[in-house]
Amino acid sequence: MAVEASSLSARRRRGAIRAGAGGPRYPGWLALPAVAWYALFFLAPLSIMAVFSVATRVGFTEIVYSFDLDNFRYLWDPLYGRVFLRTLGLAFFGTIATLLVGFPVAYYLARYARRRTLLLLLIVVPFWTSFLIRTYSWLIILDRDFPVFRALRSIGVLPEDLQILYTSKAVYIGVVYNYLPLMILPLYAALERMDWSLVEAAQDLGDSALRAFRRVTLPLVVPGIAAGSLLVFIPLMGEFLIPVILGGDLTVYAGNLIGQQFLTARDWPFGAAIAMVVIAAMTVLVLAYARLVGGEEQHGR
Amino acid sequence: MAGKRALGAWTALVYLFLYAPIVVVIVYAFNGGRQVLNWGGFSTKWFGAALDDPTITEPFTNSLLVAAGNAVIACVLGTALALALPRMRPWLRLPLDALVYMTLVTPEIVFGISALIFFVQAGNWLGLGSILGLKTILIAHVVFNASVVALIVRARFVGMGQTLEEASYDLGAGRVATFRQVTLPALAPAVLAGGLLAFTFSFDDFITSFFVSGAGSTTLPLRIFSSLRFGVSPIINAAAVMILAVTLAAVVLAYLVLRRSEQGRRRATPVPGL
Repeated sequence: MAVEASSLSARRRRGAIRAGAGGPRYPGWLALPAVAWYALFFLAPLSIMAVFSVATRVGFTEIVYSFDLDNFRYLWDPLYGRVFLRTLGLAFFGTIATLLVGFPVAYYLARYARRRTLLLLLIVVPFWTSFLIRTYSWLIILDRDFPVFRALRSIGVLPEDLQILYTSKAVYIGVVYNYLPLMILPLYAALERMDWSLVEAAQDLGDSALRAFRRVTLPLVVPGIAAGSLLVFIPLMGEFLIPVILGGDLTVYAGNLIGQQFLTARDWPFGAAIAMVVIAAMTVLVLAYARLVGGEEQHGR
Repeated sequence: MAGKRALGAWTALVYLFLYAPIVVVIVYAFNGGRQVLNWGGFSTKWFGAALDDPTITEPFTNSLLVAAGNAVIACVLGTALALALPRMRPWLRLPLDALVYMTLVTPEIVFGISALIFFVQAGNWLGLGSILGLKTILIAHVVFNASVVALIVRARFVGMGQTLEEASYDLGAGRVATFRQVTLPALAPAVLAGGLLAFTFSFDDFITSFFVSGAGSTTLPLRIFSSLRFGVSPIINAAAVMILAVTLAAVVLAYLVLRRSEQGRRRATPVPGL
């Protein structure tokens, strides 16, 4: 690998493209348009947001550029502390629930299922369809007058006065529903590479099914679990739409708090500060993941 | 194998869980009654009503325009990036790689508000006033969709190896000719699939559009969202089914394009198993 890379760059330095000298190396400037777009419309906005997070609001909407950490100090208020804790709770719940629901599915698909390609496509399709529609569909299903809901109440399976919509329960259901594919896919990718004869060998040698699972299967799917958890946990820290549609007044999460500052409260610097906190938490997680996975790979070699 | 059967049953339940809500929206779009949950017989009248309602057809057209423009720009930027990245020196490639992934993992609410701040400030500095509208929605969508295209095209580009391009060089073709006659045709399905997925991402997008839209630049998801305040209505279900139909068609097309080209490639391989 290293030899190949160095000989490539040596060739590049000579700038020679000859017959048999490898394929064409497309010029680096091809990356420029995309990089310019990212710089102007992604990095610049994020930077301005960082500047805004320490700016001062004057009057109703005026902003004075300054280095004012008050926006972050406000966040120490227990009121906001509760919002952040609730957000972490939602992210942990979503991660663990999708893992528990999704793992058996990924396991079944990887080990036993026959029409694998089709079944996998069926997992991906909901993920590609509108998040908004998938979320609001629960407004119909969780409505107390939805036929299935009504039937379950009338035969006494569900309590008569059960109200799910516009509570945190509805938010939790929406979260599991929307994020499930993001958990199943990396789990499947990890399980698909499993050599099932290892599990059989462990069982032949006297391990119980559970013990074989714990000692053989589980260690091999840890990277998949880590990847799936990251894919679910990170966006959940900024989740905005599900609580807005399915939740009530009491289900405010970090994403909603950010949104409120821009939609109703008109306190942009404070909203930017909350967003900075979310980004910081996210960065810590990604770095921790990179270390975990990087360590695994080195260990594997 | 009781365990296997239990797993199978659980998997079936999860598929039901994944599809029931989508099916419910579709079924209730064909409800002839005025109230969503009072079944008034099968009818397609709400689709007619939706297509007659300019507050739905205009956003629908806006969504199609933004998604199409976004797909074209994302394809150009993403494909060029995908060609340049794999053969770049690591000190350049790694940060650019990280940037591509960053555009995809940044929570949309964070990107949405930062884009809002940016466009408002840019409008002020340039003396243009408010520039929020379909153009800003399009610009913001391209940011993450260029990355989607770049990842899909790069996977194909790396996967095809260099043998074909080398052969083309050996036979005396130049850089441009090789690109046009060998590389681009091999990458075309990935570019097309990436473009279709970029189209659906943009067509479906709510959060980013929500923050960078201006007066008179409503997209269909924004229109649906604003009416949800008054609860679900049959006409909104019909509009939702229109969105589902467009995106599903694009996704299935993308899947078929990718799968077909892969099968064709396998069949065309001169050495079996290569």
